[in-house]
Formats: sequence, C-alpha cells, structure tokens
Amino acid sequence: MSDGATIRAAFKGVLGSFSLDAGFTAPARGVTALFGPSGCGKTTVLRCVAGLQRLADGLCIVAGEVWQDPDGAFLPTHRRPLGYVFQEPSLFPHLSVRRNLLFGAPRHDPDSSRAKIAFDEVVELLGITALLDRSPGKLSGGERQRVAIGRALLSQPKLLLMDEPLSALDRATKDEILPFLERLRDRLSLPIIYITHSIAEVERLADQIVLMEKGRVIGAGPLEEMQSDPALPLATARDAAVTLDGVIEAHDDCYGLITIGVRGGSLTAPAPPAPVGDRRRIRVIAGDVSLTRDAPGPSSILNVLPARIVSMKPVDANEIVAVLALGPDGSGARLLSRVTRKSWETLHLSEGASVYAQVKAVALAPGRGELG
Amino acid sequence: MKLTALATAFVALLTSLAAAQAGVTHVAVAANFTEPAQEIAALFKQKTGHEAVLSFGASGAFFTQITHGAPFEVFLSADSERPKAAVDGGFAVADSLFTYAIGKLVLWSRVVDVTNGEAALKAGNFSKLSIANPVAAPYGTAAVETMKTLGVYDALQPKIVQGNSIAQAFQFVDTRNAELGFVALSQLHGVTAGTRWEVPQKLYPPIRQDAVLLKTGANSEASKAFLDFLKGPEARAIIERFGYGLGLGYAAK
Amino acid sequence: MPGLPPEIWVPIKLTIELATITTLALLVVATPLAWWLARSHAAWKEAIAAIVSLPMVLPPTVLGFYLLIALGPDGPGGAIASLWGARTLAFTFTGLVIGSIISSMPFVVQPIRNAFAAVGDRPLEVAATLRASPRRAFWTIALPLASPGLLTGAVLGFAHTVGEFGVILMIGGNIPGRTRVMSTAIFDFVETMRWREANMLAGGMVAFAFAVILSMILIEKRFARARA
Repeated sequence: MSDGATIRAAFKGVLGSFSLDAGFTAPARGVTALFGPSGCGKTTVLRCVAGLQRLADGLCIVAGEVWQDPDGAFLPTHRRPLGYVFQEPSLFPHLSVRRNLLFGAPRHDPDSSRAKIAFDEVVELLGITALLDRSPGKLSGGERQRVAIGRALLSQPKLLLMDEPLSALDRATKDEILPFLERLRDRLSLPIIYITHSIAEVERLADQIVLMEKGRVIGAGPLEEMQSDPALPLATARDAAVTLDGVIEAHDDCYGLITIGVRGGSLTAPAPPAPVGDRRRIRVIAGDVSLTRDAPGPSSILNVLPARIVSMKPVDANEIVAVLALGPDGSGARLLSRVTRKSWETLHLSEGASVYAQVKAVALAPGRGELG
Repeated sequence: MKLTALATAFVALLTSLAAAQAGVTHVAVAANFTEPAQEIAALFKQKTGHEAVLSFGASGAFFTQITHGAPFEVFLSADSERPKAAVDGGFAVADSLFTYAIGKLVLWSRVVDVTNGEAALKAGNFSKLSIANPVAAPYGTAAVETMKTLGVYDALQPKIVQGNSIAQAFQFVDTRNAELGFVALSQLHGVTAGTRWEVPQKLYPPIRQDAVLLKTGANSEASKAFLDFLKGPEARAIIERFGYGLGLGYAAK
Repeated sequence: MPGLPPEIWVPIKLTIELATITTLALLVVATPLAWWLARSHAAWKEAIAAIVSLPMVLPPTVLGFYLLIALGPDGPGGAIASLWGARTLAFTFTGLVIGSIISSMPFVVQPIRNAFAAVGDRPLEVAATLRASPRRAFWTIALPLASPGLLTGAVLGFAHTVGEFGVILMIGGNIPGRTRVMSTAIFDFVETMRWREANMLAGGMVAFAFAVILSMILIEKRFARARA
C-alpha cells in the first residue's frame, strides 16, 4: 500500500513497570480495532498516536504526514488533525452542548476542496439536535458520549481515535449507540482506530484488527484472518467465532430464511426478507460447528458444507479447535470447529482431511448497508 | 575525728540555712533595660544568693498583665506613668517607687554627620527622620519635645517616620532606611558605627524609668532585696556604664 | 465617607487602596505560579511551594525585618527607589504594596493551585485533541474551570492584607495619609486609650471579616455544586 493510504505506528519504551514494544500498519480507511485484555497497552498506544504521551522511540506517520519519528520529530497534539473520543465523555462542564461541539471547529472557512464534516450532518447523524442548548450536566451518559463523538468529528479530523467509547455505558445505552457508530463508519470516509475489549463490538464495527498482549502486537490483519488463526488467542477462546462478509443470494419468504453466499459455500439462517445482492456480515461460533467424515443423512441442521481441515490446535487436555476452509478443495472462507479429542481420534481427523461441517446456528449482524 | 564530723555538720547546717533563706523573685523588666538587668541580676545572685528571674518586654504589655494578676513581684518600667498607675490602682506598694534609671535621648545617624545635632536638624538635609511612636514610647515624646524646643518640629514633621517602639525606631536608622533618628543611648552600647549627638537634657522632659514593688511581692525578702540592690553602688555603676543617667533615689511623689 | 473625621476615614481609604492593589497584583503574579505548581513535575517544585508559604508561618517581625533590609538602601528596594531619586522603598505606599504582596502571597497561591489541580489533566488533553494550543486551553478551559479558586484566592488575599499589622508596622513608619492604615491606626487609638475611635475601626474590621468568611463559604458551596 502506498504511504498515503496507511497509518503507520510503532512505539517502544518503558512506563513504570510496563514495557511497550508495539507497532502496526493500518489502512487509512475503515475501522481498525485495537483489541486485547486489560492492561495490555492499547490505551498507551492510542495516546502515543495522539501525542498525548511521548515516548522517545516512537514512529507515527498518518497518510504520508509525519507526526513523530525516532529522530526527534514530534508534532504536538494540538497540531495533529485528529479526533479523540475518551472512555468517559469529558465534556467541558462550563460550555453548552453547542459550544462543546464547536470548540475544535476551525474558525474561518478552510478551502472547500477538502470534504468537510458539516455541523448539521453530525448533529443529525448522532441524534443530538434536541440537546444543543443544554448544559452537559443535564445529559445522560449515552447522550454525553454522543456529543463527545460529535465534538471530535467537528474538528475535521483526518483520523478518529476512540478509546473504549462504549465501556463506561450500560448495556441498553451501548445498544443505542452502536448503530450510530456503524452509520458513522459507513457514511464518513474517515479512518478510525477503535479500542475495545469486547469482541462483539469488534465484530460489528471492525474491518481490521490489531491484537495486543502484554505490550506487544501479536497479530494484525483483516478480521476474518485473525479470528481463524490458531496461533492467536481469538481462535482458542471459549467463545471463539469467525465473522464472514457475505452477499445475500436468496430469500425464502415461506419459511422465513435467507441464504448468504460466502467464499466456498452458502449458509442459511432465519431472517426477515432482504434484497438479493445486499452485503451482510455473519458470525459462526466454533462451538456450533460439528464435523463428520461422510455426508450426513437428513438432519434438522440446515447448513452442511463440504470443507477441508486446514490446521488444528489443542485448547486443553481434551478439546481441540480445528480450522476449516470451506469448499471441497478447501479454498473458501475459514470456519472454526471445536471438537473433543475423543472425536478427533475416533474419526481419525487430521490436517488436510476432507470433512463436512455442520453449522448449527448462524448469527446475522443487523443490516449494515454498504461495506467500507 | 569527732571534731571534723562536728565541723562538717556545722558547715552543712549553715549552708542549708543560707539556702533556705535564698529566695526567688520574679521581675518584669522593660525591654530597653535587658542587658544591664542581666548583669545586675547575676551580681545580685553572687552577692546575696537570691535569684532574680527576669522577663523582658514592653512596659505597656506588662502593665496590662500585672493588672490582670500576672505573678510578677517587681516591675522595672520604661517610663514613670505605669508604675504610678500601678500604685494608684492598688497593685503596687506606694513607698517602694523610685527612679532606677534615666533614659538618655540620642540623635544617631549612619549616613549624615550629626555630631552637631542641632545644626544637622536645622539644616534638614535628609528625607526621613525616625522616632519612636510618641503615643507608645516616652522616647518618642522626648524626641518630639526636643524638636519643638529647637523650633524645627514643623519643618521636619513631613519627614518623620514612626517605629512602634524605640527598638523599631533604632532598626529604621540601623538599616539606613531613615538617614537619622532619635534613639536611646543604651541602644548604642557597643555600637561604633555612625555619628551621634547626645541631646542636652534641657531640651526634653527627663525620661524617668521607675521601678516599684508589686503587691504580690510585698512579703518577699528576695524582691525587696533586689530593689535595694538596684539602688546600691554596684548596680548604679552598671546602669551608668550602659548609658543611662542615675535616678535621684526615690521619685518625688 | 461623610461625617467621619479624617483620622478615621483616611486609614480606611488607604487600607482599601492597599488591599485592592495588592490583590490585583497578586492575581497576576500568583496565577502563573499556581499553574506551574499544580502542573509541574520538577523535583524541586515542593521546595518552591514551601518558600512561597513561608510568610504564613514566619512571625511578622521576622518577615518585616528582612523586608526592611530588602527595601532599604542596602537592598534591591533602594536600587529601585534611586530610579526616581529616593533612598528607600520603606515608608512608601509602594513599599507597603510589596510587603503585602509577599505576606499575602501564600493565601492567594494556595487556593488557585488547588483549583488548577482539581481541573486535572483530562480537560486539557481534550482541548489539545480539539486543536487548542496550550495557551488557548489555559484561557478558555483551565482558567474558567478554576475561577472559583481564583475568587477564593482574591477574597483571602484582600482580607489578609486588610488585617495585616505586623509587617506594615515594620516597614510603614505609620505616616498619616501614606502608610497609616487601619491596623496601625487602631493600635494608636488603643495606646492613647481613645476607645471610641478604636471601636469604630475595629468594629468595622470585624464586620468586614465576617462578610469575607461568609462569602468564602458560599463560593465554596457553589464550586462544589458546579463540579457535581
């Protein structure tokens, strides 16, 4: 990828008792999730990208613009065209919502050749029109966070950084805001680096994922690849799953099903009718995928797909997770399957073996609209 | 053997009798008299065995404390009003009042030559003249009287700065913030810097520093002994050496 | 003030002038100092804080003594005064202002420092991510959020200057119309047993002190409510 289309970041240093040595390259569009357990350094990395934290050994180049390099160049935070949404909304208590929103907006009109994020557009996108003249103290947690997001957007950033923006909110509020974030991602062509420790948020929002653990990056790449890589902790987690991008091929209104085509096969799931050709994201949990050597007879499981075992990894003494590639030649999308060691041995399964994957349940993400 | 034992016992008896007779007296001393008082007290102990416990401070403050029951037995004031007021108020023994020292006013400067003080005052070649606040200290009143007698008070009044005590008036001159000022001669004891002019006594009313026995010490042998010692020749020598004039014995009533 | 003799209202006027000028000067000096104390990570920061607080602990006589030397011909004050032909800054209103600034400084720095510290890092980080330069962040975010602390500092500084006695006594010279302020005037009235005049001034000061304390309590409450 050319320099103009990427975000390159690498930071190395010691903070107290914590040692950081993390670097990654993300595309300059779409959502890149920074994912990992608490304390692994995600927030530190984001703060370094923003310039809020300064490590001597740091590199940060955003769409060709050098924000920091190890030779000493360092652009202070207020000169970086970024937006930052913190975990707690952090609105300025002495300013109204409107004045909070406009705080970072450019004074004068910049040249209109650059696509501008307009005030009305943001307010409408985030549903905060009714709140404009209120004072931050009178808003709910969810409302405050939406204003905080709007405020970051109205500073006309070239990169949006979000540090667990939904973590401080309760379940209901999270569900209320997620669609706004999805709309944000779909409507604005703005790269977003999004920290979360919730795989559900990753699956709904992210295209790329950077996995971190103990101050190091242990994997980075497209979501599907990272989820099905047995070397990474995602695949061996108890609730391991893969998220696949598919296209709606057919809908059966009589039985209330839709069929989604992915690379190497099709999956059917109960869902309201949707237009053929629409893109949808689906999620398949490893524990819902069982294996047979021969084509099974009639069964209540709708989805039985030929596949090939690509690799395997023991999860503990008695369970194994297998990585499958769909299609008889094993060239399609990856799925995970969790089986007992007993079954593995009894069925004489091995890497390269041809199997049939029985997918008991397929979860559909709500209508996403256009991808990327 | 028996004789030595008897002698030892006799000496011990005498010493203990003397110790039993040695008393303690609590004396309130005007701050300006600190050094001479310390010397006098040391000599007093040597000669009589009595101990004088001295407290130093402002006469006004002492007077207030005494009228509110402070346990002083002897009062050495910086002026003559307060001991008189103590007698009038019934806090002191009337016929114990006497002038123990007479304060001498001095014009002192570390900047201007005041050897001929009268000429220096009349010439007025300075911007600030320091005196003690006349309201609070007799030296201040004396300074004002001196200037009035010399006929320079009106001309010099705009240049006057007041220290709230004679010690402060001294400080103003010592730090050269005021070019010159009226201080007590006793304050210049041991000071060699600058020039001075002892103001002739005829130019200002005498600054009598009176002492009195307080009612609390009326029956204290040590207290009476101290006042007697103060009138004696050894004490008077010390007083003179420190730059005070000598009192006339008993103050006129 | 109508009806009051000059020996009463001139000290009052001088006192108010002194307290006002001192307070304004202190706000200008103490605010950047308090900002630095609140935000700096320098190892010797608390040493500076201790030095600033010294006047709170030192007896006024000690403070006044050193001020007398500093203001006089042997110190920087004399050098400054020579610019306009005078020998010393002692016995001048300017000297009193300097003395009051130093003696009231800790009472102004402390509340402002606390207020800046309470603002914390987060609002300023947010401001930086919104293109605000450190200067703009200070004026538009930190200062407004810390304003109750500045108000408290101003009130305390004013009140402390009004009540300041020891230091003023040491460097003022008690000159009527120039350096005889309320505190020294009361002292004089007491010494000459003019109780009526002493009561008028002293009673006024008590009423003033009460108003100060009451307003401080109310400011504190409003501050607490705003941050909730």
